[in-house]
Amino acid sequence: MKFGVIIFPGSNCDHDAYWAFKEVCGQPAALLWHDSHDLENSDVIVVPGGFSYGDYLRTGAIARFSPIMESVRKFAAAGGLVIGICNGFQILCEAKLLPGVLLRNKTLKYICKPVHLRVENTDTPFTHSLTKGEVLEIPIGHGDGNYFCDDATLSQLNRNQQVIFRYATPSGEVTPEANPNGSLENIAGVCNEGRNVLGMMPHPERASEDLLGMKDGLKILQALAGSTTSMR
Amino acid sequence: MKAYVYVAMKKSVLDPQGKTVQGALSKMGYKGVADVRQGKYFELSLDGSLDRAAASAEVERMAREVLTNPVIEEFHYTIED
Repeated sequence: MKFGVIIFPGSNCDHDAYWAFKEVCGQPAALLWHDSHDLENSDVIVVPGGFSYGDYLRTGAIARFSPIMESVRKFAAAGGLVIGICNGFQILCEAKLLPGVLLRNKTLKYICKPVHLRVENTDTPFTHSLTKGEVLEIPIGHGDGNYFCDDATLSQLNRNQQVIFRYATPSGEVTPEANPNGSLENIAGVCNEGRNVLGMMPHPERASEDLLGMKDGLKILQALAGSTTSMR
Repeated sequence: MKAYVYVAMKKSVLDPQGKTVQGALSKMGYKGVADVRQGKYFELSLDGSLDRAAASAEVERMAREVLTNPVIEEFHYTIED
């Protein structure tokens, strides 16, 4: 599986993601420039974290007009795998590749800390090797991670099992106390109806090696690396 | 010609910044405020190449497609000579 990691002006987790897929997972990887349309035959597109275009206007609002996002839109429409992490999640929401939007954290504070996530759906290329109900410890680092959508969208997400991760206690209970940012129903990650596009606020690439002190994120990266739903 | 675009969070969306401002105002002793909603304001200087009707349509399109996210925000605008 070849991983294409997009670099926008202001991306700052691009090299971390590239490192994690290439060096830690041992997969071919490429860095893709925002100003190009070329996805370089990637099997998975990674929209990394950071502050694309300085978060001007709204988080992700400018990045979605990048030339490369036109290619990503076509790639996703054809069933290609796309994962958006943190700012990448925000961009995919603005690009309408995922439902909803990430609002300012309820506390108005930037939050950088490890959180626990309960895996809600394992029937996706991103979580197929995980267990439903499994708890992962992965760090977040964001000021705008408060997931919001309207009631109709929320019931659709629940009905279609598009909520992939929820903030939970270490024992896997989804409680208000475990919700760091005010997200609706503790939502930390959602996928599209086709299950080929995932957005998540926590950073799996920051929990992928012993050196980083946490390795649970590697399970998601490896699930993707071992996914068989590649287009190619 | 200028266009003034006002963007606000929809009533159904929690506005944590507005809430914080409201809390601060009341803590500082200001009276009579029941709620605060914080929004954005854009002042667009138009180059005169479009007549008023066309400019209005264009501003509306910009507001809907770029300046706001319709999931959470609503807008209104005025155009002045």
